[in-house]
Amino acid sequence: MADDDEIILADLDDDDLVAQMFDDLYDGLKEEIEDAVHILLDRGWAPYRILTEALVGGMTIVGNDFRDGILFVPEVLLAANAMKGGMFILKPLLAETGAPRVGKMVIGTVKGDIHDIGKNLVGMMMEGAGFEVVDLGINNSVEKYLAALETEGPDILGMSALLTTTMPYMKVVIDTMKEKGIRDDYISPVGGAPLTEQFGRAIGADAYCRDAAVAVETAKTWVARKHNQQAAH
Amino acid sequence: MTLSDDSLTTEGLAPSGAGPVLLIACGALAREILALKAANNWSHLDLQCLPAILHNSPQDIVPAVEAAVARHRDSYASVFVVYADCGSGGLLRAACGRMGVNMVEGPHCYSFFEGNAAFAMREEMTSFYLTDFLVRQFDAFVWRPLGLDRHPQLRDTYFGNYEKLVYQAQTDDPALTEKARNCAARLGLAFERRFTGYGDLSKALKNLRSE
Repeated sequence: MADDDEIILADLDDDDLVAQMFDDLYDGLKEEIEDAVHILLDRGWAPYRILTEALVGGMTIVGNDFRDGILFVPEVLLAANAMKGGMFILKPLLAETGAPRVGKMVIGTVKGDIHDIGKNLVGMMMEGAGFEVVDLGINNSVEKYLAALETEGPDILGMSALLTTTMPYMKVVIDTMKEKGIRDDYISPVGGAPLTEQFGRAIGADAYCRDAAVAVETAKTWVARKHNQQAAH
Repeated sequence: MTLSDDSLTTEGLAPSGAGPVLLIACGALAREILALKAANNWSHLDLQCLPAILHNSPQDIVPAVEAAVARHRDSYASVFVVYADCGSGGLLRAACGRMGVNMVEGPHCYSFFEGNAAFAMREEMTSFYLTDFLVRQFDAFVWRPLGLDRHPQLRDTYFGNYEKLVYQAQTDDPALTEKARNCAARLGLAFERRFTGYGDLSKALKNLRSE
């Protein structure tokens, strides 16, 4: 027998359903998010609208509460996993329905480092914000980064590191890009737990991003600036 | 004196006020430093430990060390910081430089327990390390903070890229080795025990005699 308090997602109107999705994302309820995405699609919502208004909207609350010390890493990971469930449904539909593409990013954890939680969160939130993301995974050499720049032609190269011992490798990549004369062709933000604003500046990165939300905002700003510069020429 | 791992984790250890040299250390190193002090009769060394749980929030280590140095330095001839970089991204070394105090060399205790040179040579990327203290405090430092007590399904999100758990043993304790083996099983990792003793920690403290 159904619990008296059980919420039937299909019975909610659109506004209440989106509000419920915010709660379900916050609580990391993947199946509920997947159900709700299907319901909104059935009601004729465009995939891009579901992505931005329901999923990204909900994850923004999660991100804000993480930044403010209300939520912690395990809860953020559960929320991200729930969002991933929704994104999995929407992703093939986004291309079909002509969703806007803000830019393209290549992202990867640097050589010697296997930590990818932060990188994966950034990648997911960037996709949510309309970026095409090429994820190189972990333990990336400078050669692998450069090969991806060549083949993918992104606007952004994002690098991540969790270890004090691996973060200097970001400078190796940026210096190599300078040597090859391609540094200014790409926006290069960096992130990871031991990094600081000062470190980002010292290695010649374009920005240090302390979390996924900052990474998205930084990327949007830099891509808009880049496009404006290109338009002016 | 009896030491509680729980209090070393959350409160640290107050200095006794004796000895011209104050060691400001991570609480996770308290037992090892006291063992070295007793074995070598280093009565010139006094020990203050900051809460070991700072290990889980490296950004808090620098201000905590700075406050401890400022508070105690006038009562001692010299102060030595028994932290490695510990995830501070070089900020702890910079802070020690500003304060004119020395600190242990190396990226973290896993490195200086094995010996910084030997640890660097291994180039181990997929190993997760535990020391004696961290084996005893595994739940407080790993299991609960990562939410694995509440959300065990997150285990592979955290540890999926790791291959083995390396227990760096400072002492020979079969019960602790069994506990470490159990930690590896809980994380779904292979297990290796490596006896390190006190490694470069011993050398770093020994050098303080001649200063």
